[in-house]
Amino acid sequence: MLQAGEWAYSDTLKEHFMNPKNILQGENTDDFDGVGMEGNLQCGDQMMVVIKVDKEHEVITDCQWKTYGCASAIASTSVLSEMVKGRTLDAAFHISPKEVAQELGGLPDHKIHCSVLGDKALRAAINNYYTRNGKEDKVKQEQAKVICQCMNITDHDIEDAVLEGARTYFELQERTKCGTVCGQCKDETEVLLEKFKHIHFGA
Amino acid sequence: MKVYFDHNATTPLHPEVKKEMIAAMEMFGNPSSMHSYGREARANVEDARRKVADFLGAQEREIIFVGSGSEANNTVLSLFVCGSSQCIAGSKTRSTIITTKIEHPCVLETSECLAHRGVRVKYLNVDQYGKIDLDQLAGMLGDDVGLVSVMMANNEIGTIQDIETITRMVHESGALMHTDAVQAIGKVPVDVRTLGVDFLTLSAHKIYGPKGVGALFVKKGIPYCPLIRGGHQEQGRRAGTENTLGILGLGRAVEMRALEMPKEDERLLHLKRVLRRGIEERIDAIHVNGHPTDSLASTLNVSFTGVEGEAILLYLDLEGIAVSTGSACASGSLDPSHVLLATGVNAELAHGSIRFSMGRESSMQEVEYLLDVLPPIIQRIRNMSTAYIKGGLHAASR
Repeated sequence: MLQAGEWAYSDTLKEHFMNPKNILQGENTDDFDGVGMEGNLQCGDQMMVVIKVDKEHEVITDCQWKTYGCASAIASTSVLSEMVKGRTLDAAFHISPKEVAQELGGLPDHKIHCSVLGDKALRAAINNYYTRNGKEDKVKQEQAKVICQCMNITDHDIEDAVLEGARTYFELQERTKCGTVCGQCKDETEVLLEKFKHIHFGA
Repeated sequence: MKVYFDHNATTPLHPEVKKEMIAAMEMFGNPSSMHSYGREARANVEDARRKVADFLGAQEREIIFVGSGSEANNTVLSLFVCGSSQCIAGSKTRSTIITTKIEHPCVLETSECLAHRGVRVKYLNVDQYGKIDLDQLAGMLGDDVGLVSVMMANNEIGTIQDIETITRMVHESGALMHTDAVQAIGKVPVDVRTLGVDFLTLSAHKIYGPKGVGALFVKKGIPYCPLIRGGHQEQGRRAGTENTLGILGLGRAVEMRALEMPKEDERLLHLKRVLRRGIEERIDAIHVNGHPTDSLASTLNVSFTGVEGEAILLYLDLEGIAVSTGSACASGSLDPSHVLLATGVNAELAHGSIRFSMGRESSMQEVEYLLDVLPPIIQRIRNMSTAYIKGGLHAASR
C-alpha cells in the first residue's frame, strides 16, 4: 500500500510556503522606492510588492511583499521576491508568470492564475518607482485592446480566462461571453487563445 | 500528534465494521446465484438490508443498495426525465422540482442538467444560519411541483432543516419529498415514518462504513425508475452485481451507530463548545458559520478574516491536523463555497472558512492541541496578508 502522497505542489513551492522569504514586516512602506498592489480580497488573491532601487544603475536591491491568498500565491510571491533582487528594473519588468511557475518547479494548471498577480504587482511597483522619480516617460502601461466590440471583451480578459482554465473557443465564450453576439471577432480571438495557451502553458 | 477533524468528508472504518469485513473477505459468491456460494452472499446482503431498514424505521423492501450517496440523489432527481409510466405519475403536469441553494453538488448539478432537459427547477434561499425559508417554500408549492429535495443536514455548516414540517407542507401540495440525509444519518435520529419522506439518501463512508456503498429509501408504493438498468438486482431497481462486502460493512456500520450515537451527542457538543469558545477567545476577527442550535454536534465552521482557507488547511496539515475549507483555491474552482455565499457571507469570509468536523474517536486532547496550534498559524498568515496593512484590517483596500 502506498503512503500519503506528495502535496499537489512541488518541493520548492512547499519550501517557499513553509518558510516564505522577504515578507514585509509591519506596515511601513516608507523606506521603499516603489509600491505596487494587485488583486482584491473578494477574489481570494491580493498581492503587494515593495522594492528598493539602486537609483544610479536602476537595479532592484531589495524586494518585500505581503500576500493574501493560497499556498501557491504565497510561494509565488516569495520566489518572485528572490528572483528580482539584483535585476535591472527593465529585466524585472519582463518577468512572466511562466518564469515564476518554472522557478517554483511548476504549478498545477488551475493555480497558474495565482502566480500572475505577483508579477503584475511587481510591474505596478516598478511603475510607481518611475512615477515617484520623475520618469513618467518610462511608465509602461499595459494597454488593453478591445477584441470583442459587442461584449467589450479585451485581450486581457481573454488572457485571464485562459489562465483560469479556458482551453477552447467554446470555453472562452462560456467564461467571457466573447463573440456571442455578432461573432466577427472569432478569428482574432482564436489566435489570441492559442497565443496565451502557448505563453502560459506551453501548449 | 495526528488529528482527524474532517469526518464530514469521510470517516475511518469502525473497528467492528473492519473486523466483520475482514472475516467476510473470502465471501465471493454472486448473490444472484442459486448455489451455496450465491446463497451465502445473498443471506449477508439481506441481513444488511434488514439492519439498514431497522435503523431507518423502514421495511426491508423499501431499501435499495447503491454505489454512493451521489448515485442515490441522481436516481431520485432523474425520475423526472423518464417518459415511462412507472416513473413519477403525472410528471407531464408536475414537471417542476424545488431544491435549495445549499445542496450537495450532486443535487445541484443534476438539477442543472434536468433544467436543460425541460424540467423546471426552483431554488430555495436560506437565511444567515442556513435554514430554508418555509414561507418561500409555501409560495413555490403548487400543482406544477412534482418533487422537493432538501438536505437534512448541511455538510459544510452543519445546519439541520426541519424535514418533518417541510415534508408535511410538500405532501399537502401533492408533491413527493426527498431528503439527502448523508450528513444527518448516524449523527441525529432519523426515522423515515416520523419524517414522512418518500425518498431518503444515505452513504456508508460517512458513518464509519466502507466507501462505494450507500442506500436509497423509497417508500412503498411511490413511483420509481432505475437510473442504472439491465439487471434484476435490488428488485430490478438498481442493476449491477451487489457490492456484497460493502453492503455487509454498511449493515454493521448502522448497527454500531444505533448503539453509539445516543451516548456520543453530548460529548461531541461539549467538544464543539470548547473548540468554539477557544477560537473565539484566542483569535480575533472571526465569524462562526451555521445555526447556533439546529446544527450537527460534530461540525463547526469558522471564517477567519484576512486569511485564505487553503493556506490555513496546509499549515494545519504540516502540524498533523486534517480539516477542510470553503475557499475556492482548495476546490479547484474560482468560486468559494456556494453554501456560505447562500447564507449571505461575503466572498472574502467564504475564502477564509475552515470546517472542523469531529467524530466518534475525537478527544479533548485533540481539541486542545488544535487550540494551541491554530492561533499562531492565523497570526503568521495575517502577518503576511495584504488584508492587514496600513492601519489595520482592510485599510489597504479602502
